[in-house]
Amino acid sequence: MIEIIGLNKSFGENQVLRNIDVVFEEGKSNLLIGASGSGKTTLCKCTVGLHQPDTGTISYNGRIFNQMSHNEKKEIRREIGFLFQGSALFDYMTVEENVMFPIKMFSNLTTKEAKKRVDFCLERVDLKGVNKLMPSELSGGMKKRVGIARAISAKPKYLFCDEPNSGLDPQTSILIDNLIKEITHEYKMTTVVITHDMNSVLEIGEHISFIYKGDMLWDGTNKEVLDTTSTELTDFVYASSFMKELKRMNG
Amino acid sequence: MLKILQQIGEYTIFISKVFRRPEKWRIYFQMFIQELWTLGIGSIGIILIISGFMGMVITIQTASQIDSGWIPAYLVGYTTRQSMILEFSPTMLALILSGKIGSNIASELGSMRISEQIDALEIMGINSANYLVLPKITALMVIMPFLVVLSMFIGIFFGYVICETVGVITPSDYIYGIQYDFRPFDIVYALIKAVLFAYIITSVSSFYGYFASGSALEVGKSSTQAVVYSSIVVLIFNYILTQMLLI
Repeated sequence: MIEIIGLNKSFGENQVLRNIDVVFEEGKSNLLIGASGSGKTTLCKCTVGLHQPDTGTISYNGRIFNQMSHNEKKEIRREIGFLFQGSALFDYMTVEENVMFPIKMFSNLTTKEAKKRVDFCLERVDLKGVNKLMPSELSGGMKKRVGIARAISAKPKYLFCDEPNSGLDPQTSILIDNLIKEITHEYKMTTVVITHDMNSVLEIGEHISFIYKGDMLWDGTNKEVLDTTSTELTDFVYASSFMKELKRMNG
Repeated sequence: MLKILQQIGEYTIFISKVFRRPEKWRIYFQMFIQELWTLGIGSIGIILIISGFMGMVITIQTASQIDSGWIPAYLVGYTTRQSMILEFSPTMLALILSGKIGSNIASELGSMRISEQIDALEIMGINSANYLVLPKITALMVIMPFLVVLSMFIGIFFGYVICETVGVITPSDYIYGIQYDFRPFDIVYALIKAVLFAYIITSVSSFYGYFASGSALEVGKSSTQAVVYSSIVVLIFNYILTQMLLI
């Protein structure tokens, strides 16, 4: 479980996050939704320590992350897998080297065992025979899947996905969403997915938090999100014509 | 002035992050060997070409300037040797390499920064500055003295080739000149400069690349800044070292 209490973050004069309280539940797909520029990625980066919050606490299963020493933070970070929006694969490494990287850095597995783990992770994301390809030779969807394989290769407890289906076609998006949901349950991870895709919200969202212009406005389940009375959330949820049509059909 | 002081402070913090114990020595040595190859061996071609032509040009220019019966011909060899050892091979080579290697390092790190590859390393709990930059700095500091010695040798050798082929002076005068009044400390002085300049080129370029932000345009800007500032710092330290070691 990841618990965030009273988090504030500003960049100069611009306050991006205001008094954020949120809990990301263990073993669930926790979705962080909101419009572009609402502060989702900043919150996520504060949570993993890429940004230093101005005030507030972030705790991983009771361990307060932003009060830890550098070495303690490193230990927590080794329990985190992160899928970046642009995949952030190391472009000078092959797919196999990318997935093997966390294993080589943090485990004492032999090369043979590490390769076995890489093959397992690539197979898990439905990618076979791409071990020797370079990231530039992969499609957007394949890059995301390699990113997921790299994120899970060191068996993390926490998985963060920053807009995992941005720039993907609907079919590949669903594939990625399902993959995230499956591995969350399979490895009992605490998964945090940043998205503004309502399809993801309905498909994989088990716990949803809505952030609006830097404020945490709402949280609940994917069933509750459709019946919300919050004006801002309603505007966000029913922005697409598909969702409008769904609402009309449901009366 | 305040901006310069701020940048010096940021550079110091950055360097203190770079010079930490590597996460895994085996991986550090792999990266080190790779950088030796990329930064060092990959620069041999340009060093051979530039040093060879410089040696030939210095020989011809010196010969044409001292075309007088009062000045001994062997001074052409002496001048070529001293120019190559004291200034061209360590300093001019460093300036050329700050263009080639400096822009390469800054654009590599800059594009890693904007594509979030550096963030990916940080999230994994890896000291990205240490992992990415330390092998570059140490590799160039190790290989640069060899490159400088190679450059000296090639420059002086091609000076000899000019004497043989064009006949500006006799080869025997040239050979006498390059042996005349030789002080081994000049080589030591050149090698000290080589190691320091290698450090400046890699660390300054890495600093600008590592802190690039925004778009591809910013990566281009940081690459230009890397070349400009590393060249300026090389020239400043060239003056300081020369005054410290030769006077």
